[in-house]
Amino acid sequence: MAGTFLRVEKIDVFYHDFHALWDVSIEVEEGLVVSIIGANGAGKSTLLNSIAGVLRPSTGVIEFGGKKINGLMPYQTVSEGISMVPEGRRMFPRLTVLENLEVGCYIPKARKRKDEVLRRIYELFPILGERKNQFSSTLSGGEQQMLAIGRALMCEPKLILFDEISLGLSPLIIKNIYQTVRQINSEGRITALLVEQDIQRSLKAAHKVYIMQSGKIRLKGIPKDLSQEEIRKAYFGL
Amino acid sequence: MLSFLAELKGPIVNGLLLGGLYGIIGIGMSMIFGIVRMVNLAHGDLVILASYLSLVTMVYFHISPLITLILVIPVMCLIGFVIQYYLLNRVLGKGMNPPLLVAFGLSIILQNLLLLIFTPDARALLTSISVQTIPVGDFLNLPVVYLVDFIGSIVTIALLSRFFNRTYLGKAIRAASDDEGAAQLMGINTKTIYAIAMGLATGTAGVAGILVGMTFTFYPHTGPEYLIIAFGVVIVGGLGSLLGTFLGGLILGLAQLLGAHFLGPGFQLLSGYIILLLVLTFKPTGLFAKG
Repeated sequence: MAGTFLRVEKIDVFYHDFHALWDVSIEVEEGLVVSIIGANGAGKSTLLNSIAGVLRPSTGVIEFGGKKINGLMPYQTVSEGISMVPEGRRMFPRLTVLENLEVGCYIPKARKRKDEVLRRIYELFPILGERKNQFSSTLSGGEQQMLAIGRALMCEPKLILFDEISLGLSPLIIKNIYQTVRQINSEGRITALLVEQDIQRSLKAAHKVYIMQSGKIRLKGIPKDLSQEEIRKAYFGL
Repeated sequence: MLSFLAELKGPIVNGLLLGGLYGIIGIGMSMIFGIVRMVNLAHGDLVILASYLSLVTMVYFHISPLITLILVIPVMCLIGFVIQYYLLNRVLGKGMNPPLLVAFGLSIILQNLLLLIFTPDARALLTSISVQTIPVGDFLNLPVVYLVDFIGSIVTIALLSRFFNRTYLGKAIRAASDDEGAAQLMGINTKTIYAIAMGLATGTAGVAGILVGMTFTFYPHTGPEYLIIAFGVVIVGGLGSLLGTFLGGLILGLAQLLGAHFLGPGFQLLSGYIILLLVLTFKPTGLFAKG
């Protein structure tokens, strides 16, 4: 165990004049599922986007595997081993399912292992194999979410970021998706950082949780050590 | 009735062949419109720049203009890449106007540069095939150069289509065109991708320039004429597929020559634009738009 794998230290993020993250620090240890919970607008997605390089913190440091990664562009963090399943799935609608997956292994080192990784993803999500020649826009919401996860796995990341993966899906599908997340984590040995509005779902899936409210971390801990009362207060900022 | 049809054979065949040339003129414009979401007002001038490049190469090495493709295509690709990477990428994402103005400025610079170097005289890429015809049946003489234009256009579009469907780079370009942000999350440097796409589009302008130069005379300020044809092709064909753009070219070419046949030569351009207006009125997304 390499200890801290991803370290976000005291970052501040702005959208023009709007101060979105205030002095946020989190630590993710290798092999864990870490969950960030918060209401809409709490800054969870901003945090994930900062890690992926989409947004730039104005102060603070983001370290991954001992290397400073803030300042990298999103296409560079992929090569460092960070992959993101973006909010709203963000398929490439005019590409087929297979082409979407192929774009997922665009970086040269991932291309070499394409066939093997693709086989594993079809095992994980057989439906993607059945529909590989369909346009991704013809898939159902749940299937698109599977495709988004499969696409993010194609580059064999060390860390995978899940942004609101249960948004707009039926409870049964959400359950399946979360099972897959755990499977990816335990069998694939991929560290996962997920952002979620659904408190119970998150607490069940994660080894460690952070609760955010108004751009700040309000509470952190291991799910079973936290009381409902504490969580509710942190979530609503009471 | 039969003689009526026989009379129509000429304008139909010539219209389709001319339409093939229009297709290759429009394809680069369509690509950039679809992928980078930018209207490249300099497209026509890039076509004419390629005609002049071919002329210089042809005279210098004493070779056929078709052989100058070997040099003109890579040079045009490089020019397109540089224009996008160092110029247009800087103004992308800053609204509609800045890229439009940069491209417009580029168009003026190119026209005046060509005027300065080559004087306003009419030029043409003359070869033996420019004047040859193939007799087809009793009524029809097919200009060889039109046939070359058509075949050149089809080959280019087939190669491009293969590139977009078979290679990682081609798929990455399509992905960036669907969703730039998501493409970046897949490890794709979209700014470079745009420059590559522009390089390819300018390469097709290179092919178009040589074919245009072999078919018609050109001057330093002929570019905008072809820009308008490219616009027409994009509007009729619609965005989305290379084949759609090509078919758009065929329809425009056909409309022009059939118009000229029925209404007189003076109506050639007008009848093309009438089709354009009809498409804009009844199917503003274009006849073959996808997605």
